[in-house]
Amino acid sequence: MSEEHAHIVPYKTFLIIWVALLILTGVTVAVAQYHFGAWNIWIALGIATLKAGLVVAVFMHMKYETRLFKLALFSALAILAIFIGLTFVDVLYR
Amino acid sequence: MSGHIHKDYTGAKFGMWLFLFTEVLLFGGLFILYSVYLARYPKEFITAGKELNVWFGGGNTLVLLTSSLFVAVSITALRRGAKRLCLGLLGGTIACAAIFMINKYFEWSAKIHHGIYPGSAHLKELQPGEMVFFNIYYLTTGLHGIHVVIGALILAWTMFLIKSDRVNANDWVILENAGLYWHLVDLIWIFIFPLYYLILH
Repeated sequence: MSEEHAHIVPYKTFLIIWVALLILTGVTVAVAQYHFGAWNIWIALGIATLKAGLVVAVFMHMKYETRLFKLALFSALAILAIFIGLTFVDVLYR
Repeated sequence: MSGHIHKDYTGAKFGMWLFLFTEVLLFGGLFILYSVYLARYPKEFITAGKELNVWFGGGNTLVLLTSSLFVAVSITALRRGAKRLCLGLLGGTIACAAIFMINKYFEWSAKIHHGIYPGSAHLKELQPGEMVFFNIYYLTTGLHGIHVVIGALILAWTMFLIKSDRVNANDWVILENAGLYWHLVDLIWIFIFPLYYLILH
């Protein structure tokens, strides 16, 4: 895609994403009021990841970027996952 | 793009993303700290987490999500030639940043008034896990707050460039990158909110 014609995201798309983000915020607050044991934190993280995904994909235009950008993003997230994973390998099995 | 100095849009945006990755790793380190101590002190984290006010955290979540919407729409507005709308939306974003920081001021003031701040005598009397929770809370939300202020300053500077037409419908990458920075501030808060304010059970 040539840069002059790079995608212009319509207002409506942003509004829909914003409403979705508000709904997900309501859901995460509601779910936190109930006791699910260890699941509480995983549900909270799941919803937060979903919200983050919407922000990155649409608000930050990642959906419309080239494969290079997506590859870079996944590399950064993989590095973060490795950091977290290796830390817990150390912490949990000390 | 006729008669303009050549600009590498992909390069400029990619550079911004690379910077954002370093920010993700910076905050990622703080989230690792949080998760390690959560695994060690699950009960104390819940006791301490209940001290935080969901209304402040939730209110600020709505403020940041809305500010992110404003920035996202402002880029479309500028590219469609609606300069006034774009400036209005960016002004709205900076207003959101101000509301966020005012909330933060009241929230932190209340906590400090109750003797909850790093190094306080009251904090030393609490369980070690609770002390750790509040210390990481201040460190993470403090660093995030600095990012909110920097983001607002960058957006104000971008508004100035748009007003003087140095950033316009044909040359908007500075607004794009300023917007990316602002969305990152929103992204970090999306994780801070449930981890610190909604840890109730």
